[in-house]
Amino acid sequence: MANQSRFTPGILKKARWHIQDNQVTPESVFKARRHIVKAMGLGAIGASVPGYVQAGLFDLFGEQPKTSFITTPLTFEANGRFGKDEVLTPVDKVTTHNNFYEFGTSKQDPSDNAQQFKVDPWQLRIEGEVERPMTLDYQDLTKLFPLEERIYRLRCVEAWSMVIPWVGFPLAALLKKVGVTSKGKYVAFETAFEPEQMPGQKSRLMGGGIHYPYVEGLTIAEAMNELTLMSVGLYGKTLPPQNGAPIRLVVPWKYGFKSIKSIVRIRVMDKQPPTSWNQLAPHEYGFYANVNPAVDHPRWSQASERRIGEGGLFSAKRIDTQPFNGYGEFVASLYEGMDLRQFY
Amino acid sequence: MFNITALRVTPKQLLWVKLVFHLIGLIPIAWLVFTVLSGRAGGDPVQHIIHFTGIGALNALAATLLISPLAKGLKLGWLMQTRRLVGLYVFAYATLHIVAFFSLDLLFAWELFFSEVAKRPYILVGALAYVIVTALALTSFKALMRKMGRRWQTLHNGVYIVAILAPIHFYWSVKSEIIEPSLYILGFSLLLAWRLPIWQKKRSSRIAMAAEGKR
Repeated sequence: MANQSRFTPGILKKARWHIQDNQVTPESVFKARRHIVKAMGLGAIGASVPGYVQAGLFDLFGEQPKTSFITTPLTFEANGRFGKDEVLTPVDKVTTHNNFYEFGTSKQDPSDNAQQFKVDPWQLRIEGEVERPMTLDYQDLTKLFPLEERIYRLRCVEAWSMVIPWVGFPLAALLKKVGVTSKGKYVAFETAFEPEQMPGQKSRLMGGGIHYPYVEGLTIAEAMNELTLMSVGLYGKTLPPQNGAPIRLVVPWKYGFKSIKSIVRIRVMDKQPPTSWNQLAPHEYGFYANVNPAVDHPRWSQASERRIGEGGLFSAKRIDTQPFNGYGEFVASLYEGMDLRQFY
Repeated sequence: MFNITALRVTPKQLLWVKLVFHLIGLIPIAWLVFTVLSGRAGGDPVQHIIHFTGIGALNALAATLLISPLAKGLKLGWLMQTRRLVGLYVFAYATLHIVAFFSLDLLFAWELFFSEVAKRPYILVGALAYVIVTALALTSFKALMRKMGRRWQTLHNGVYIVAILAPIHFYWSVKSEIIEPSLYILGFSLLLAWRLPIWQKKRSSRIAMAAEGKR
């Protein structure tokens, strides 16, 4: 925290990725475009469109997603150690391309169906093999620990990837606060179970046949690793629900499904906890789920990935996947002596 | 073959029917283009496009296989003349499906494309189905049909193999959503079962009995 002096509480510093004013479409041009759209009789259709425009392809309804969920700016410190040279995935793509089966199995379902999700009040319970079990309220999530921003690569087992500036605090800070006992060997996480609010939990057809609530787990060493982040925001603002509001896990060297969203319970355990995708298809999804180009999923080669970046449909790039998603220097030691083909 | 007297359709009316079928085939593609361009399909619609065109091919295949039961059951002989048109939409959607996979997902990585086809059973099954569909589309001209004679029918019975492979490809390709693919497997099973000789025999004897009764 060497940069503490640059940090002014209550004021959001303009971050690197914030586009320059001269790159923003002038309001007059924007309105003229709306006028053209209306004149074409497309206004009514456009108004019902929740998503955003595939940038660079056809900038017809060029505007931010019409989300009714309000995200608010966060106060945080930029941690420049990670992802310095990465091109960020635009916020619109990060918030409209989500795997969050609680809100539907299609990529756009979560942004369509999660906007009414209530995140305040919220309670996150930390219990199990800890000395001081505690319950965090909504306010605590962003106030209890100093927040930092980290740019991490996100690699999905479906072989696409993004680069996302998360805001959050290390899970280790939380675990130190509650004091893990000597019996604590694993950490189990649980997503909220709210069938009234999460249609995927109500209907098997929408929820992809997962047994809800969604559960995930880490070893205590993985949980204490400095990379493991409890995220409360992205792109400088609080998380939208489709990205796991109000608080989610981010484990950047593992496939995306390990990074469980909308967490209500963290339980330190002496045994390895069950994990949702492993329960569903153990031969496809192991407990560890470390990004590994050498171990293919039965349906997706993991040797390369499609990086979702700026621009339109054909602007994505295919890049080689790195072991541990490129975070080997931080985490490879956790798996020394383990056969990663067996412990996939 | 079967009674086509129930409803007569003039060539001009048939043209209109075909036009409607073309619209039914084309509107979903227009809708897909609209949803993608307007952002309705999400920030990265690649998977959506691949899934949508794949389902489109399955639906067109189901429609193709539904034509002869409908034509026979409802005694609409003219309906048979729309079968090639509908069948070609199977080819069209399947082509879009594969082109989307190759261009949008794999980003024209040829090597990866071929290694994926060879390595992933679900892709291999889909690829086999597509080879057959392509063969059927290429031999769909009337002139070729006449030239090939009986071999044409033998080749075009390949559609039944496609009707087995395509829903398996779908079932195998999804992560955990098994209800939708199961419904397709069931639907195609019914469409194929209707064609089993045992059912055909029962039906024709019943029709014969009914015809005798009438006399």
